[in-house]
Amino acid sequence: MLILECPYCGVKGEETEFHAGGEAHLKRFGPGSEDADFETYLFMRENPKGVHLERWRHANGCGKWFHAARCTMTLEVFGSYSAQTFEPPKEIKDKISAKRPGWSWRNFS
Amino acid sequence: MRRYSAFAIAREAARFHTGWERAWRSPEPKKKYDVIIVGAGGHGLATAFYLGKNFGITNVAIIEKGWLGGGNTGRNTTIIRSNYLQDPSAALYEKARSLYETMSQDLNYNVMFSPRGVIMLAQTEHEVRGYQRTAHANALQGVPTEFIGPERVKELVPIINLNGPRYPVLGGLWQARGGTGRHDAVAWGYARACSDMGMDIIQKCEVTGVRQEAGKVTGVDTTKGPIDCDKLGLVVAGNSGDLANMAGFRLPMESVALQALVSEPIKPCMDVVVMANTVHGYMSQSDKGEMVIGGGTDGFNNYTQRGSFHHVEETVRALVETFPMVSRLKMLRQWGGIVDVTGDRSPVIGKTPLGNCFINAGWGTGGFKAIPGGGWATAELIAKGEPGPLSAEFGMERFIEGRFIDESVAAGVAH
Ligand SMILES: Cc1cc2nc3c(=O)[nH]c(=O)nc-3n(C[C@H](O)[C@H](O)[C@H](O)COP(=O)(O)OP(=O)(O)OC[C@H]3O[C@@H](n4cnc5c(N)ncnc54)[C@H](O)[C@@H]3O)c2cc1C
Ligand SMILES: [Zn+2]
Repeated sequence: MLILECPYCGVKGEETEFHAGGEAHLKRFGPGSEDADFETYLFMRENPKGVHLERWRHANGCGKWFHAARCTMTLEVFGSYSAQTFEPPKEIKDKISAKRPGWSWRNFS
Repeated sequence: MRRYSAFAIAREAARFHTGWERAWRSPEPKKKYDVIIVGAGGHGLATAFYLGKNFGITNVAIIEKGWLGGGNTGRNTTIIRSNYLQDPSAALYEKARSLYETMSQDLNYNVMFSPRGVIMLAQTEHEVRGYQRTAHANALQGVPTEFIGPERVKELVPIINLNGPRYPVLGGLWQARGGTGRHDAVAWGYARACSDMGMDIIQKCEVTGVRQEAGKVTGVDTTKGPIDCDKLGLVVAGNSGDLANMAGFRLPMESVALQALVSEPIKPCMDVVVMANTVHGYMSQSDKGEMVIGGGTDGFNNYTQRGSFHHVEETVRALVETFPMVSRLKMLRQWGGIVDVTGDRSPVIGKTPLGNCFINAGWGTGGFKAIPGGGWATAELIAKGEPGPLSAEFGMERFIEGRFIDESVAAGVAH
C-alpha cells in the first residue's frame, strides 16, 4: 500500500485519498514549437525502474497539487514537496542519494 | 523433436512415460548471434519463431531474466479478440486471431484456443453508439462482429443481470470467433518450436546493458557475460523503459501494475467471455471451472508486479452488479503484471534511435491476443530492417507526426 503525506496540510493518507498526476518537472512546449519538442513534452517519459519524481493531488483532502519522490519498485516515498518548484529540495535529494546512490533525473541528481 | 500425437501418448503410456523428451534445450550462451531477442514472453518467442519460419534466420538467442512465459504472458486473462476500431489495429489483431485458429497444429502443441465468443457490454447510450460504430468499422475491415440486443445477451449469458440499478445492459458488441487460449502453452509451444530450429533460449539471464558503437548496437551485457549480435530486438513489455534507458533513449510509454484474480472452481456456468467496460470488470470461466476476472491498473507507474489492493474490491463490486452470483464466490488467487501503456493505447513495433535495435512493446493491458501477429510483424521488421505492411503504422514516429492509432475505447477495460 502506498502512503503519501501532503506537504500542504500535513495529512498522511493511503493512495485512494490522492490522485496521481504523472511525471514531474516536464519541460513544457507550447504552440509554434518544434514537433519533436512537443512530442517529448507530451509523450516521452522517463519511466524509471527506481526513483521517480511525480505529481500528486490531494483529491480527497485539501485539493492541492504537490510533488513526491518515490521508488517505483518498492513504493518507498522519499518525501513530498511543494508544487511551485522545478526540482526537489536539497534534503529530499540527499535522502534519495543516501538510499539510492548514483541516482539521477534528467539533468540533475 | 519428436512430435506429440495420440500415438505418442499411447507409446509413452506403454512405457510408463519414460520416453518424453525435454520440450526445449537450456544451452549456455554462444559468443555471438545474428539476432538477440531480449524477453522470452509470447511476443519475443513468436518473433524468434517467425524469424526462423518466415525468413530462415535461426542463429538467434532469446534471453530471459526469469523463466520463459513468466512475465505478462503467464499472468494475463487470455482474452483473444480483434474487434478494434482503427484499420491498422484491426489488421494486426485479426492477423493474430487468425493465426491462433491454427496455432496448435502449426506448433504441434495444444494451446487450447477456444473461440467461444466475446461480448463487450454496452451499458450507456454512448457505449451503444460507440460499439455500433465499431461493428460498422469491423464490417468494412472484414472482421465479423455484430451489435446485439439485450435479449440476445441474456441468451448467451444466462447468469447476467440485465437490469442493474446503475447501468442496465443495453446491448453488446459480439465477436463470435473471439475467445481464450492457454497462455503458458502459447509460450511453451513457441519455445519448443524455436529450440527445435536450433535457437538458444537462455533463461535466468538478465540483460543489464546494451552495447553500441557508432550509433549501432553491437551486443548486450548480461548476468552471464557479454553477448554480441548484429541485430537486437527489445521485447520486454513492462520493462521496456528500463531497457530503453540502457540503450540510451526514451519511449512514449509508462509502466503500471495490472491485476487479475480467479475464484474457486465451480460447475460450468458461462461459456463466453463477458467484458463490462463501464463498470470496469470482465470475466470468463476456465476449463478448470475457475472464474477468471480482470482487475484494474494502478493510477501511478510502478514495477511491483502486485498492484494496489483497492482495485480488487472495485473489480469485484462491478462484477457483483453484473453477475449477482459472484457475491457467493470465494476468490482463490490474485496477482499482478507490469504493463507498458502508450498514449494512444496502441503498441509500438518499429525502429529505435539506436541502429539495428528494434522494439516490440506498448501492448499495455491487451497484448496476449496479439502474440502471433506481433511476432510475425516484428520478425519481418528485424529481418528486413524496415517495417512491413502489418507494422508500418506502429512505429513511434507516429507520436511526433500526430498520427495516433487511438484505441482508448477498444482498450477501455484492461484486458
Ligand atoms: C493481469 C493481466 C491481464 C491481462 N489480460 C489480457 C487479456 O485478457 N488479453 C490480452 O490480449 N492481453 C492481456 N494482458 C496483456 C498481455 O499479458 C501482455 O500484453 C502480453 O503478455 C505481453 O507479452 P510480451 O511477450 O510482450 O511480454 P512478457 O510476457 O511480459 O515478456 C517480457 C519478458 O521480458 C523479460 N525481461 C524483462 N526485462 C528483462 C531483462 N532486462 N533481461 C532479460 N529479460 C527481461 C521478462 O522477464 C518477461 O518474461 C494482460 C496483462 C496482465 C498483467
Ligand atoms: Zn493536503
